Amino acid sequence: MEKGNRSRQVLSRIATNDKHGENSPYFHGWNAYERNRFHPTQNPQGVIQMGLAENQLCFDLVEKWIRENPNASICTREGADQFKEIAIFQDYHGIKEFRQVVAKFMEKVRGNRVTFDPDRIVMSGGATGANETFMFCLADPGDAFLVPSPYYPAFDRDLRWRTGVQIIPVDCHSSNGFRLTRAAVEVAYKTAQESNINVKGLILTNPSNPLGTTLDMETLKSLVAFVNEKNIHLVCDEIYSATVFNSPRFISVAEVIQELEHCNRDLIHIIYSLSKDLGFPGFRVGIIYSYNDIVVSCARKMSSFGLVSSQTQHFLTSLLSDEEFVDNFLSKSKKRMAKGHHDFTKGLKQVGISCLKGSNSGLFFWMDLGSLLKEQTFEAELELWRVIVDDVRLNVSPGSSFHGLEPGWFRLCFANMDDQTGEVALERIRTFVLDNGKKGDEGR
Amino acid sequence: MTRFSKSRSSKPEQEARGGGAAMRVIVPLQGVVQGRGGLVLGSIIPCVLFYFLQLYLKRNRNDADSENEQNPGGPNTTTRSSSSGQLPELDAIPRSLSRALLSPKSPSGPVSVSARANGIVKGGAESPYNVGLKRVKEDPYDELANPNGVIQLGLAENKLSLDLVNEWLVENAREALLAGGGELGISGIATYQPFDRLMEFKVAVAEFMSQVMEKVVSFNPNQIVLTAGATPAIEILSFCLADSGNAFLVPTPYYPGFDRDVKWRTGVEIIPVPCRSADNFNISITALDRAFIQAKKRGLKVRGIIVSNPSNPVGNLLSQETLYSLLDFAREKNIHIVSNEILAGSTHGSEEFVSMAEIINQEDLDRNRVHIVYGLSKDLSLPGFRVGVIYSFNNEVLAAAKKLARFSSISAPTQRLLISMLSDTKFVQKFIKVNRERLQKMYVKFVAGLKRLGIECTKSNGGFYCWADMSGLISSYSEKGELELWDKLLNIAKINVTPGSSCHCIEPGWFRFCFSTLTEKDIPVVMERIQKVSEICKSRS
Repeated sequence: MEKGNRSRQVLSRIATNDKHGENSPYFHGWNAYERNRFHPTQNPQGVIQMGLAENQLCFDLVEKWIRENPNASICTREGADQFKEIAIFQDYHGIKEFRQVVAKFMEKVRGNRVTFDPDRIVMSGGATGANETFMFCLADPGDAFLVPSPYYPAFDRDLRWRTGVQIIPVDCHSSNGFRLTRAAVEVAYKTAQESNINVKGLILTNPSNPLGTTLDMETLKSLVAFVNEKNIHLVCDEIYSATVFNSPRFISVAEVIQELEHCNRDLIHIIYSLSKDLGFPGFRVGIIYSYNDIVVSCARKMSSFGLVSSQTQHFLTSLLSDEEFVDNFLSKSKKRMAKGHHDFTKGLKQVGISCLKGSNSGLFFWMDLGSLLKEQTFEAELELWRVIVDDVRLNVSPGSSFHGLEPGWFRLCFANMDDQTGEVALERIRTFVLDNGKKGDEGR
Repeated sequence: MTRFSKSRSSKPEQEARGGGAAMRVIVPLQGVVQGRGGLVLGSIIPCVLFYFLQLYLKRNRNDADSENEQNPGGPNTTTRSSSSGQLPELDAIPRSLSRALLSPKSPSGPVSVSARANGIVKGGAESPYNVGLKRVKEDPYDELANPNGVIQLGLAENKLSLDLVNEWLVENAREALLAGGGELGISGIATYQPFDRLMEFKVAVAEFMSQVMEKVVSFNPNQIVLTAGATPAIEILSFCLADSGNAFLVPTPYYPGFDRDVKWRTGVEIIPVPCRSADNFNISITALDRAFIQAKKRGLKVRGIIVSNPSNPVGNLLSQETLYSLLDFAREKNIHIVSNEILAGSTHGSEEFVSMAEIINQEDLDRNRVHIVYGLSKDLSLPGFRVGVIYSFNNEVLAAAKKLARFSSISAPTQRLLISMLSDTKFVQKFIKVNRERLQKMYVKFVAGLKRLGIECTKSNGGFYCWADMSGLISSYSEKGELELWDKLLNIAKINVTPGSSCHCIEPGWFRFCFSTLTEKDIPVVMERIQKVSEICKSRS
């Protein structure tokens, strides 16, 4: 009933709890950046954004293509006659040609070693929407998914917030390069079982965020065997698949199941998106790919909550049909990523800072600043992080946001800046490290 | 390790229940054997045992069956899935243990997806809405190429004024993806959108909303949350305003999509509040009150009312008086009001549209309980672009909705294109005016055509459709009779219309006809076809 003059409007639990995770440092750093954005000439003392995994390395290629292909944009004279069909189109199956080009693109990224069925491609509101939709389809409230840690911070929101699903981290350690092992998955699974938690599946991010590493065939095979044995789902987040710039080459779960004779394909699902590989996060293109008919059907119906704009579908159909463009883009993109990664890691190594060995992918690197911590605790890590954001003026992501076990690791994104900004960023870190070294920190 | 478990309760709980039941049986049995309790217990206990056995078998059969055949709300039974080829009794007993012992080389067993997924996939597959859509897709009418095809009258899409938007595009041929390079280049739209870029779009949308509602209200861009269409807007508000297990009151007949938007993933219930033809399907506060009380008795907590204004499928406008009454009701029960105003610009006829925002502006009280849903799919004929709006006066709701909208955000190039379009106030004014005129024209012609066939429609002032009373043609005054007529209309007359039962109308025989995908030339064709069926129905009765 009304209390006094102002009625108290009680909102739902979801609206009022913290499970959106936006109160974590991962997101706070972005605010610091928003308030004081770096610009090479207009604001050279500003904060450099290294906390957002965005791929801006090949925009020049896309811009050129757009200029040369005005029909692709329905908002040009040349493209306007297709407008009516596009404007009205809201079928949740998506434009057939769009699904076909996405399937072909995914095949190309995997070296054409696998084929994808366009009818199994379902849209979602970015990978964010895809992550969540898979949970809605595969798990009920209270069920759990195993997630190797360290993991992408927004999984907490995407997998849990509205779905009521739990995350059970699978611990990975620096002692073996954070490599995921079947043994670790089994331990996490067993522990969950003992606590009467119903585990519905395992999510792998391959290539990994934040590690920037890929899984080898043996590990993938053992994990596929594991889920088959337990009859649980395997959801592979492959949104960084085209960001593999060094060997070992990327191996998709699609390739693995081709090699295994007795795999229950109803358990296998892939998350994809154009946000990372192509650098189009603003287009909100999330892709759900499942070998399970029920999941495809359910996800497709749920895609009404996050359909890709038909204008965007139309544009991308044109863009991705241009094989020459795609081949050129993928190859240049890899080269530029390799260079950026190499420049940073080399520059850091020179001042005694190491990044995760064997990282060959992703738009970031996983940096070990353990030697700069006052003590090996997460509190110390956050303290160091604040110094880096406020004084060094770099928005980096502290390892604690990724739910790892060991403090001192930081994720730095490098693919969202040009060479000039990159040099400034590197210089700032090197200066900071050397200054702190000079202060006579022990424990290096 | 049961895979068929639908409920949240884990296995051990079920075992405990079974164990406890066993004890409760054994002790009295001992009593019977030893002569205590006597005949009564001696006869009751075997019956109870038998009852529990039946209950156990039934519960497990229900779980297995519901995976295969769950059909919430769909009028027809669905086909069983391929995995249900086995006998139901075998399915009823969880076979997980035996499967675990099978070698990994055995063929794939039934894998459990979520209960939600099963419900969604199996249920509604054969609903009239889906069946009708499919038939149109397979055999679409075309005046020249396929004159005997199925005519689409079941989709509330407006094709009447698309030419105007097209014209604007051609005249304002701007490379909106790359307007001028620099800050507005590809990096401006391909990247995650910075806050201020989004604000530009919100300003344009707020201005458009104001124009659509004839400038009586001005909308504050800071109170807007953008979503990829009105569908997620409704879902997001449901997530914000209600917990799983709570309910919304929704006057019927209502837009069939609400069942999906409000209920599917949220766990929130809809309590239908019937409106009657005698009231011209207008909302009755008495009916709302009754529904609220009944809900309370059932232990259901009502968190709000969802109204559509103009309404779908009827096309009514809510009068100012009704809006005030709704607000009073909401205040009295301390609940929210969600006003779906997505058709605000698609009115025709003499009555004036009044937005909930207008009522609230005049009174400071209760702003926090009012939320408006809008979008560009109807008024601007751009459903493909996925632009929806949550407009709220409640800052907490806005804050939560903003975060929830991350699952359903609007594509940046689309925003860019629309900023240009919506900012062209001359175009917007012209579009709204011409669109209304064309809607009015089609409405009048269509309703007149139906009238000549003896079919009356409710007087409506909004939307792309008319709400027709075909109860005179149905064989039995029931949902069954209505669906038989719907079937005849689809398969004999070859027109796809929406039966009232899909909209939860309690009076059988009402149908929604959407005329906005037609041209004037098509109307006589439609009427002729309806007449054919009408004659068949009359001759049979």
